[in-house]
Amino acid sequence: MRLVTLSLILSLFLSPEKHLVLLRDGRTLIGFLRSIDQFANLVLHQTVERIHVGKKYGDIPRGIFVVRGENVVLLGEIDLEKESDTPLQQVSIEEILEEQRAEQQAKLEAEKLKVQALKDRGLSIPRADTLDEY
Amino acid sequence: MGLVMPLSVCTFSGFFKSFTSPIHVLIPCSEVTSVICGTLHSVDQYLNIKLTDISVTDPEKYPHMLSVKNCFIRGSVVRYVQLPADEVDTQLLQDAARKEALQQKQ
Repeated sequence: MRLVTLSLILSLFLSPEKHLVLLRDGRTLIGFLRSIDQFANLVLHQTVERIHVGKKYGDIPRGIFVVRGENVVLLGEIDLEKESDTPLQQVSIEEILEEQRAEQQAKLEAEKLKVQALKDRGLSIPRADTLDEY
Repeated sequence: MGLVMPLSVCTFSGFFKSFTSPIHVLIPCSEVTSVICGTLHSVDQYLNIKLTDISVTDPEKYPHMLSVKNCFIRGSVVRYVQLPADEVDTQLLQDAARKEALQQKQ
């Protein structure tokens, strides 16, 4: 039975193209997939962390990444032709970090307002801090 | 996710394999909730799913998936899978599940 998982996963090895990995904390990593196992633990080579804010994105070079399988949401093959005609605009690292900080700030404030509004009505939303693992 | 595979997962893997042509929708759950639409390529015992011809239903919230055509989704993050209703033979599925349950009892 384990052969089924392995063959499913190993078929990902065949492409020489870069892979995009989405992590549970919301990060996007792009790199060459060098290794994968039945838990979806990954080894990525020449990895770049891509931050998206609105229509802009920025790449931070990270080198080699070993990702524990439980943090992986999705692993996709990047299609080079589609990559070259994205409507997104690449900006420098400082700029994208600044945009991200601004976005987080806006989100926190909106969240604060929401929580305050609920508190005024005597309600509260329980936070889902971690996912259930089985 | 131990080494022992429950028979119900067996039934589900077999059930999923019958959908090779139509498109179905899949939703990973996490901080990055999104709906991904695609054609089912394969499923394994952990219900990891491989989809081809991806499209995301909300491309503005999800810009990074624009250049990805095929993907592998880890089974543990899927919240639910929406299947085309006309592809499912519920009677067959029910009978198969009942048979499995009987076998398991014995």
